[in-house]
Order: sequence, then C-alpha cells, then structure tokens
Amino acid sequence: MASLTLKINNKTHTVDVDPKMPLLWAIRDVVGLTGTKYGCGIAQCGACTVHLAGTPVRSCSIPVSAAANKDIVTIEGLSSDNSHPVQQAWIAEQVPQCGYCQSGQIMAATALLKKTPNPTDKDIDTAMQGHICRCGTYPRIRKAIKAASQLMNQKASIK
Amino acid sequence: MEAISKNISRRNFIKFSSLTGAALTLGLYSQAAGKEAEIITPEAAENLGIEMNAWITIDTNGKVTITNHRSEMGQGSFQSVPQMIAEELEVNLSDINIVFAQGNNAKYGSQITGGSSTIRGTYKKLLKLSATAREMLIEAASKKWNVSKAECYAEGGRVIHKSSGKKFHYGELVQEASKLEAPKNVKLKLPEEYKIIRKPLPRQDTPLKTNGTAIFGLDKKLPGMLYAVVERNPRFQGKVKSFDDTETKKVPGVKHVLPVKMSVFNTFREGVAVVADTLWAAMQGRKVLKVEWDDSGFEHLSTEQLYARMSDALKSENTLSVRTKGNAEGIYQKSENKIEATYETPYESHACMEPLNCIANYQDDKLEIWGPIQGPDWVQDFLSPLLGLPKEKITVNMTFLGGGFGRKAFMDYPHEAAVISKEIKAPVQVVWTREDDTTQGPFRPGMMYHCKGSVNANGNIESYSMRTAGQNMDHQWPNADKKSYNGSATEGFLETYFNSLQHYSFSDSPLDVPIPVMWWRSVYASTNAFAMESFMDELAAKAGKDPLDFRRPHLHDGRYHDLINKLEEVSGWKNRKKGEGYGVAIAESFSSIVGEVVKVSKKPDGKVKIDKVWAVMDCGWYVNPDIIKAQIEGSIIMGLGAAVTHATHFKDGKAVEQNFNTYKIPRITDTPDIEVHIMENDEKAGGVGEPSLPPFAPALTNAIFDLTSKRIRKLPFNLEEV
Ligand code: FES
Ligand code: FES
Repeated sequence: MASLTLKINNKTHTVDVDPKMPLLWAIRDVVGLTGTKYGCGIAQCGACTVHLAGTPVRSCSIPVSAAANKDIVTIEGLSSDNSHPVQQAWIAEQVPQCGYCQSGQIMAATALLKKTPNPTDKDIDTAMQGHICRCGTYPRIRKAIKAASQLMNQKASIK
Repeated sequence: MEAISKNISRRNFIKFSSLTGAALTLGLYSQAAGKEAEIITPEAAENLGIEMNAWITIDTNGKVTITNHRSEMGQGSFQSVPQMIAEELEVNLSDINIVFAQGNNAKYGSQITGGSSTIRGTYKKLLKLSATAREMLIEAASKKWNVSKAECYAEGGRVIHKSSGKKFHYGELVQEASKLEAPKNVKLKLPEEYKIIRKPLPRQDTPLKTNGTAIFGLDKKLPGMLYAVVERNPRFQGKVKSFDDTETKKVPGVKHVLPVKMSVFNTFREGVAVVADTLWAAMQGRKVLKVEWDDSGFEHLSTEQLYARMSDALKSENTLSVRTKGNAEGIYQKSENKIEATYETPYESHACMEPLNCIANYQDDKLEIWGPIQGPDWVQDFLSPLLGLPKEKITVNMTFLGGGFGRKAFMDYPHEAAVISKEIKAPVQVVWTREDDTTQGPFRPGMMYHCKGSVNANGNIESYSMRTAGQNMDHQWPNADKKSYNGSATEGFLETYFNSLQHYSFSDSPLDVPIPVMWWRSVYASTNAFAMESFMDELAAKAGKDPLDFRRPHLHDGRYHDLINKLEEVSGWKNRKKGEGYGVAIAESFSSIVGEVVKVSKKPDGKVKIDKVWAVMDCGWYVNPDIIKAQIEGSIIMGLGAAVTHATHFKDGKAVEQNFNTYKIPRITDTPDIEVHIMENDEKAGGVGEPSLPPFAPALTNAIFDLTSKRIRKLPFNLEEV
C-alpha cells in the first residue's frame, strides 16, 4: 500500500492503494468516477481511455503509481454539461447506442482534435482504430469527429 | 390471495398519490393470459382488488412519468417508448420522465427484452393507454368549463377550448380526470396525423452517455458492498474437486474464498469465488488461487470434432421434419437441373462491451439485485425456486446495459451473485473479467446446413430443401424433449416463399453436446440466412438468372416486390461497372423483412474490399427512423464480425479465444459505407434490433462470387485471403 496523489479533473485526491493497481480501478473504485470503463484490461479496446498529461492512455494498463502527481482528465472532466464541442457533436450525430464504449471514444476523439484540428479519414482511422464499439457506432463516430472539428473551428474563428 | 393483492394495489396507489400529491395514473390489467388487457385507474384496481401496473402517471405539474418495463441496452427503448406516448397523450417529450421498472411480470407482462419485441409487442397497448389518458383530461376540462367534449382538444400538455381559446394545463386537470372512468374505445391517430412518431428525434439517454453519468451495472455501488471474481471451471460441466486458498488469503483486502455453483440450463457451472474490498484485490487473490477440477463424466470436445459430428448428422437417416410441402425429395431426385451445397457457421461469444456483472444483496430472507439485465422478471422466476424464496422477496433492478445481444437475458450471473451474497451475508458485486465473459458462454451455436434444390425449364425454383445440424437451445433445459425439432430452423426464410414454392422441406438433425448455447442477436436467423440466401444465389446462378430477377416470381406479395424494387433502385444494381461485385440477400425475422446489397471490388494489391452496403428495412409501423438506422448500421457491423473477424473455437472442451486480441471485433477501419432506407407502409410493427444482421453475410459472399466466381460456404473467412 502507498499513499499517492492523483490530480483528476483539476481536483486532488489522496489515495491509499497498492501502487501496482491499474489507474482504471483507482479512478473507478477508489476515487469513484465511473465514467471511465473497463472493457478488456489488456489495452485492446480503449474503453478505459483517459488523458494523462495531455496524452490519451489506456488506464487499464498503467499502474496508478505512474499517474501520480500528473494531470489526469476523465470523461467527467471534459464537461459535465455536455458543452464540449466533441460531446455536442456526439449528441448531434446521435452516436451512442448502449453507450458503454463512448467515454473512451470521446476521450480519444478529443485528443485527436487537439493535435489535428482538421483530421482526414486516415487520421481518424489511426486515432480511433484502437477503440472497439460492439454496437457498431463507427459510421457515426466518423461523422461526429468531423462535425466536432467544424464546431471547434467556428469557435476558434469567433475568438 | 385476494387480500394480498388488494394490499399491494393499495400500497401502489398510496405510493403514487403521496409522491405526486394527486395524479392521473393509468395502467393495464389482464384478466387472463391471452385476453386483451384493459386500461384501468388505481381506484378501479382497488375496487376490483387487483394489482395493476402504473404505466403512465401525470402529476399536478403536468409532468408525465412512465415506467419502462423493458431494458435499455442500446436499442433505444428509452426514446421510442416516450415518443409513442407523447404522440397520443399530446404532451411535449421534455415533460416525460422515464423510470426503470423492477421485475414483476404480474404487473407488466413479459419484460424480457428479446425477440426485438419492445415496440412490436407493446405499441398498440401504449398508444391506446396514452390516448385514453388524453381523452380523460379533455373530458375533465369540458366538465370544468361546462361545454361539450367536442369543443375541446389537447395539445402540448394542455386542453384548449376551441372557440374561446381558454386553456388548462394537464396538471390542473389530473385530480378531476382521475375520478373519471376510463373510456373504452378511444380513436387512435392515423400515421399522416403524427407529429412525434416517425420523426428522427434525438434519444434522451444520449447526454448521459456522453458525459459519463449513465449508470451501467458495473457502475452501481451499494454501501458496504464487496467485490467478487470467480475462478470458474473452463470446461462447462466440470466441478471443483478441491482448492487451496493459502496464498489468496494473504492478499490484502481479500475477505472470503468460497466455492460457488450457478445454474446453467440442466447443469451447474462451478467455481471458486474470491471476495475482497476492492475489485483489484479480488483479482489479485484469484491469480494465486489453486483449484483442482473434476472434469470426469462429460466429453471434452474440439471444434473439429463438433463439425465432424454435424457433418455426420447431415448424412444420417435420422432427422426431424420441421416444415414440408409437396415432394421436394422426389422432384429433386428426378430433376436434371439441380445443385446441392453445404454451409458452415461458427460458434460465437456475445462479447457485450460491458462484461457480465451483477450485484446481489441477500439479507433477512430478502434478495435485491441490481445489474445489466434483459429480463428482470425472468430473474425473479428463475431464482425463486433455486433459492427457496417467494418471488415477492426478490427485487430485481435494471441499470443501463452495456450491450446485451441475448446474453444478458440469461439468469446464471444473477444466480451466482445471489449465492455469494447469501453465503457471505453482505452486498456483493460479482464482476466477470473480459476473459470470463468470452470463454464461459453460453455461445451462439455453430451450425451446418445442407441445401438441395432444383430449377425448372423457366428457371424457377422447383424444389428446395434445407437440413440443419447443430445444437438446439431448447434441448438444454431440464426435462427437455430431445426429440423435438428446432422451431427456429426456418427463421430467416421469407414468408412469401412458403406460399410460392410448391415443394420444400426443412429438417433438423440436432447435436447433443456439453457446450452451453443460447440466443445471440437474431438467434438462428443469424446463421440460417447465410445458408438460405447463399443457396438462393447458387440456384440463381444454376438458372442463369440475375439474382434479383430470380427471386421475383417467388414473391407472392406486394410488400416483397416493393422491397426488392427499392433495393434495386437505391443500390444501382443494374448499373454496376466493370470490376465491381454486387451481392444481394433478403431475410425475414422477428416480423420484419430486410434486404441488403453489398458492393465489393479489388484493392490495388488484388485483395477484396467492401465498398458499400445498402440496406432496405421493412418493419411496418415504426416510431423513430434514426434509431432504426442506428440499429441497422450496428447489426451490419456485428454481422460483419461474425462473417470475417471473429469466431469461438474449442479445444479439449474449453473455449480458445479469451479476449479481444484473439476474438477480434470489427473496428472503425473495417467499417464500410452503409446506406439505409426504411419502407413506408401500413403493415404491423416488426422488430428493429435484430433483423438486419442475417442478410449481411450472404450478401457479402454473394458479392464476392459476383466479383471472383469464388463461393464461400464457411464462416468466418478471411477477407485478406479471398
Ligand atoms: S479496458 Fe483498457 S483498453 Fe480495454
Ligand atoms: S455504443 Fe455500445 S459498445 Fe459502443
């Protein structure tokens, strides 16, 4: 057991956990933020994706100790009122079916758009192919990423 | 008995009244199975001494609460059910709140979310219920104004007096209205009058699923809840001989280690549960647990052995007749223009994105369950005798489901959770790892099909037979009649073919092996259609006809012609270019008909790629076209998975594929362009969540034949290797 500091969504949590515990379980079961999901535990599906120091990572495959004192953003930190352009595009395109994979999909899409504001189909393929959706929402994910890109560009030009 | 029901109904009534001050509550009451349900108020129920369900409650603020008796697993019942109610009740969608029903089939009738039945099973009742409430509100207003009902109408949650423009909002009327008797024969709107139904309105559960607030089974927590994982015997009927938990007990956080048994059809699945204060601790404890299994008394089969048996069964004399007309065999024997073919489809895991999990809290001879559950009432019915608890002592709460596809309609995982909670006397969440979920089944049964057919001089089908070999799900239940044929052996075949064909025969040679199998999205249609529609294509080729034109003389009903014409038109079937392969397949299941055309071509490296899929859905009366579109897209992609990316194999009695690295789910890069069309007609509502899966695989392999002249008769196949 070790006492670690986790900075999740701009809030600091001190947790007393096995340092080998995957970040996923620390976020879900210790801190209690359940928006981040477990799908495979072996970095194959992307359901557990969070941003660690600005980069999308598979929280199921990172020990909590490796995330200590770094900025972590989960789906709850994107915005709770769905005001983030990616969330808005996801709603406009009606992407989710069961919804279980969508936190991970949204976190991956957000990271993609930050790096590549105008992604091509190829960029989308590369960023999203690690993310499984058993309900098959892929056609809508592609559309929503393009829509989010437009929304973000509009916002930027207004500023 | 009567006294008990009376109490329950009183409790319900009081609960609703105190919740809302006063309210108009309407529910349904079935006098007897098979009889049409009557619409009643709680007061009427009280007087009759019966238990009613409160489907719709309108409170004094005009807010409507509806009870969703079905689960929400992605198919959109959270949107389509309110859309129906808002239409006939004349309220705004935003004024409707939905609550999940608890399991209670005495109140709600069957609650199982399966057979694509949420809409088609209930739409008439719900429309009538909503229209009845509307009429009662109009009547209440007309009484208050002292005018005739005909002078008033309802709109946007208000009753309006036409000439004066006076208004009451529903909240002001519920008290009066609740004292009225429910009218018997209300008039329902015609489709052309719809304002809400048929509109692609956004789903109300979407915002919860884009900010992480939707609570799935795995997200539910109870105070003092412990976590359990179970090391289960990887052979489905094996037992626990002994276990050594010395190391497990040393893992910090581990509280209990205990053997468990859960009921799976006519046998039990055995394992050893590790219970801890965090899921991670339980998983760590499981890693160092040593279990010795007893695997005697049943066969340990491999995939090769399973299919060898099916192949033998297809050739044996022993077969059960399912459905026949004329003399298919005699005609076939005499024909000069005949073909036969054998098809093979794989076993599959459901691989719902949310692995199985369930919370049970067994205390003071009461059990409460929370989980991603497709059939809460089934869980009650199933657990009651197993645990020796009366049904009233079992409460089953549904959460959102991260996928279901049939798997979460089975009751094994709630049973396991209940057994553990009872034993440790604490609330516990049992979590299946991805590996547990992928390897433990029940699986979609692997199947083999043998088809024989002949065409006459005009190039029309003269005789058609299909023989099925594979496991019959119904044969697994205790005391099942293993001589009974598979009632779903014709599922997928167009109803109109049964009328048009003069000679056909469907028969079934069941396989009896110790592998648990069950419903997987679209059930037997998901595999039958591959054989049926591949063979249709082979017959068309034998007749030297275009596959669409070949079907036309066999469609004895306008509905099918409309569909095939639409399919031809939207896909540009007749205008295909050189180097393009087109394939078609049409299947009927769950009272809907779906036709799909797949277009394939070759990549520069010579490998086949899927360019596009067109789907035309005829599901009759429908609610929300965008939800249907989403279901079709999803079904096609799931069908793609079972056709080309995944399968479950067995070796030495154990499932081989364990996780997504070997059980490969289609990804965004595998997804073709999909175009969806919905037919408009006055037919009865059919299913939406499943029927577009079956035609995909045969449409794809037929397209590959069109492009390459190569027949693919075994799924899955590797697109890269065609
Ligand atoms: S749960 Fe982490 S990638 Fe699947
Ligand atoms: S929406 Fe269900 S898994 Fe993606």
